[in-house]
Amino acid sequence: MKRKEYWNQKEMSYWEKLYYLEIARGLWVTFSVFIKNLYKWCTGKKGALTVYYPEERRSDYASNFRGKHKLTILENGRPKCIACKMCENICPSKSIKIVAGKSPDEKDSYSLKIPLSFDLDYASCIFCGHCVEICPKDAIIMTNDVSELPTYAREKLLYSLSDLLESKKDA
Amino acid sequence: MMKGFEYFTTQKDELLAWARKFSIFPYPFVTACCGMEFMSVASTLYDTDRFGAALPRFSPRQSDLLMVVGTVSHKQAPIVKKIYDQMCSPKWVIAFGACAVSGGVYQNYATLKGLDKIIPVDVYIPGCPPRPETVIDAIIKLQSKIETGVSKNV
Ligand code: SF4
Ligand code: SF4
Repeated sequence: MKRKEYWNQKEMSYWEKLYYLEIARGLWVTFSVFIKNLYKWCTGKKGALTVYYPEERRSDYASNFRGKHKLTILENGRPKCIACKMCENICPSKSIKIVAGKSPDEKDSYSLKIPLSFDLDYASCIFCGHCVEICPKDAIIMTNDVSELPTYAREKLLYSLSDLLESKKDA
Repeated sequence: MMKGFEYFTTQKDELLAWARKFSIFPYPFVTACCGMEFMSVASTLYDTDRFGAALPRFSPRQSDLLMVVGTVSHKQAPIVKKIYDQMCSPKWVIAFGACAVSGGVYQNYATLKGLDKIIPVDVYIPGCPPRPETVIDAIIKLQSKIETGVSKNV
């Protein structure tokens, strides 16, 4: 027997040496999948794996998926945030800017400090979730929604308190 | 006969815009980890081919969409600028990921604080890395921009 040129050199059979046949066999695999998918598509079934995104959304997001932020609210509709600025300090990309102010009610039982403005800059946010973990009042949460994030202008990525606050009906 | 000819000459821009909208040739300028997400968008599961934007050209002369995917450092910035200048008009730019949009988490001396400091950007995609859905949203936004013809780069 002839000595092998390298240790795992393959010994090919006669049919494999006639490589045109092998090419045809390989293409047949591709083509049969195409025909199968086409048949499914014609009969109205979903053939390919593709998620037809704007019309169809994936449902298998992880339960701890980190998407857009929401500021949660109390029953009376005011934000739960007490403007402690823990999230502002932990944020690795310095995306959060909070301006704290006094609560209009002098004897507020929940908190005497309220956020006057709460700006979150999605231009630099890296969706790490540290702000959510650190928050002592669970005032900031992350939803599994990522829609409508891209913009034509960088300034539009700065979300203010009113953009982030969850509406009454989701609470 | 003349009337019909006039109609077509007035509709030329619309026709061109429609053709350009569905034949975006991206040039992926991949510098960092967002590239994985770029591959994921181009793969079967999300498939940018549905929008006519799947065939990447690895030469700036042949492409009309510059996708800057990832961190741009100050050393890399002149290269991006040169590639942008080499592309033929009309051309569009997408800043892909938090780093390309604003420098992201890298708030230091080595990183360019946003791609729009050197070249005009049409669509910004935030996220670290952005989900494929977000990228598809951005491509749809870019298509509507191409169709309406308002682009600051032409
Ligand atoms: S997710 Fe991370 S980067 Fe984004 S705002 Fe929260 S702490 Fe900052
Ligand atoms: S950590 Fe929570 S309560 Fe404190 S400022 Fe941030 S969102 Fe508000």
